[in-house]
Amino acid sequence: MGQPLAGEGSAPSLTPNQPHLPLGRARSSLRARPRIGDPLFKWSTGFFAVLIAGLAVLIMVEMAINSKLPFAKFGFGFLSRSVWDPVKEQFAALPFIYGTAVSSVIALLISVPVSLGVAIFLVEKAPRKLSNPILFLVQLLAAIPSVVYGLWGIFVLAPTLRNHVYPALQSTFGFLPLFQGNQNGLGLLTAGLILSIMVLPIITAVTTDVLRAVPGTQREASLALGSTKWEATLIVLQNARSGISGAIILGLGRAIGETMAVTMVIGNRSQISASLFDPSYSIASVIANEFTEATSEIYLQSLIELGLILFFVTFIINMLARLLVWSVTRGEGRGGHA
Amino acid sequence: MKNNYLRVTATVLIVGALSLALIGCGSGSTGGANSEVKLQGAGATFPNPLYQKWFSEYNKITPSAKFDYQSIGSGGGIKQITAKTVDFGGSDAPMKDEELKAAPGEILHIPTVLGAVVVTYNLPSVTTDLKLTPDAIAGIYLGKITKWNDAAIASSNPGVSFPDTAINVVRRSDGSGTSYVWTDYLSKVSAEWKEKIGVGAMVNWPAIGTAAKGNEGVTGQVKQTPNSLGYVELIYAEQNKLPYASVKNSSGEFVKPSLESVTAAAAGAAGQMPDDLRVSITNASGKDAYPVSSFTYFLVYKNQDDQAKGAALVNFLWWAIHDGEQMTKPLLYAPLPAEVAAKAEQKIKSITYQGKPLRAS
Repeated sequence: MGQPLAGEGSAPSLTPNQPHLPLGRARSSLRARPRIGDPLFKWSTGFFAVLIAGLAVLIMVEMAINSKLPFAKFGFGFLSRSVWDPVKEQFAALPFIYGTAVSSVIALLISVPVSLGVAIFLVEKAPRKLSNPILFLVQLLAAIPSVVYGLWGIFVLAPTLRNHVYPALQSTFGFLPLFQGNQNGLGLLTAGLILSIMVLPIITAVTTDVLRAVPGTQREASLALGSTKWEATLIVLQNARSGISGAIILGLGRAIGETMAVTMVIGNRSQISASLFDPSYSIASVIANEFTEATSEIYLQSLIELGLILFFVTFIINMLARLLVWSVTRGEGRGGHA
Repeated sequence: MKNNYLRVTATVLIVGALSLALIGCGSGSTGGANSEVKLQGAGATFPNPLYQKWFSEYNKITPSAKFDYQSIGSGGGIKQITAKTVDFGGSDAPMKDEELKAAPGEILHIPTVLGAVVVTYNLPSVTTDLKLTPDAIAGIYLGKITKWNDAAIASSNPGVSFPDTAINVVRRSDGSGTSYVWTDYLSKVSAEWKEKIGVGAMVNWPAIGTAAKGNEGVTGQVKQTPNSLGYVELIYAEQNKLPYASVKNSSGEFVKPSLESVTAAAAGAAGQMPDDLRVSITNASGKDAYPVSSFTYFLVYKNQDDQAKGAALVNFLWWAIHDGEQMTKPLLYAPLPAEVAAKAEQKIKSITYQGKPLRAS
């Protein structure tokens, strides 16, 4: 009673947010216009998505087809034996898998703590005026070509390591088989060091973004509850752990596939030895070195099979990383610590 | 709206002007020379410095012929010429019988120059040139001789005091014609090498030392790392001022690698060259011969598919083995001996297009 109807007078509208639809002829033309925009957008973007996935599958299929000969001849022994003899046509991948894996692990062991430290410093401690130039310089490291890293490694890093660092390592840790034997600056450890410098900018950049994305309320809440500044930083890190794992996986991906820098400092000798000073060989290096000269069919296909193995290794690592992230974050409903 | 219209017009005009400029540039470079022939080659790194010089000099005389050569290694050269992706190949290692059979046509080997593979080293404490015997070299590369002061090395260098350090052996990591020549030599002087490792552009090297990519890589490693020893093509050692050793040849003389000693190695070869000119001159006889010498070859099809390209190729090859040979000495390659050049001439004259030789005289 006495309530004004909607639209009359100056009473507030019952649905204040509804847009005013045009009346009459304009309204019917809106409905009549064929809506090709939306389905077109959906199908074209869907097409590109499928194209990318299809490309990955196609690469794998092509490599698998082109590694039939060594697979037929060596079977899974290709993965467990250590010979690489183009003259007698005997090939096996184990030393290369070892070299790739160990150099990447060394790279991560060195670069992850440093990257985390840099990222925490840039996000938590440094004033903006300082953090932006430093971040820029770190990202510049990622822009340096791999060959330049290799040259620097041969002419600057290897002599320094050979003359100063390795003898010191050998005298302090020489009882470990890791640091025994002759050293000449080139080898597995040098390759790991160069790789660590190359993956550092990637991990730092992604970690910085991830840490910046953690809501400030987390930090404030922690401080309000009486934690020290470091404990508050740890809370932020814990919030960002899935992003940090993603960053590490990205870094690992680069380390595994890195070719030129590694091949210039790793010594290129296909053997498995306990000492980190000894030369070694990575999958990407052997493919780069020998592909253009591989004349016989089985030689060429063995190199392609090595590429396929690298593909699978990267794939498996990514799957494991996703499992890790999933298992760690599934306990979180609303940010609670599982 | 007006702003938008202006922007679009400006973009169209700029893009149009750029494309016209590009088209103009493109036609300008080939301007009028419709008969310009471009030939693509690929192969050995060993003769690359010389070939690049030849191509640029020849282009000055015959501007209508342009040559491009990619130094990807002898194995790559063989692969590419077999696949016909290039017009000519370069290789230090002559093609094997199976490789020749796999090619879609008959491939000719035209020897171009001679080169030497030298033993270079980095021993800061030793200032005189070293002398090495074949046994010492084979022992080092088999991993049996591990220290510089080993008797095998010291006995041929009386009066020189060697440090008691390990030899850092450097070899090639990529498959290469230089490695082919090196392993060919080692197989001839060491029965153990021949049985265990064999000959090839890429072999199963014994587990010693480090490997580097290309002649440049080996030179770099030897130069940077004290107590190293490696094998490189002569010019790389010379230009980087690295010392190289005299090697004892099959006549018992210690011969230093040089143009004269390499030519001496080839002198005996001409008499024994097979018809297809595939020959190995490592460990050649003759008291002045340097034992680790090698020919390097151009690989061309006997029957050319394209007349213009075939004619350009044949004319270049003729020029190369006559006038081109004058340019080899400053780059430390030895020119072909006269008898070998005569045989090469015959091969060039036999290159045909549709059955007719492309070069009559």
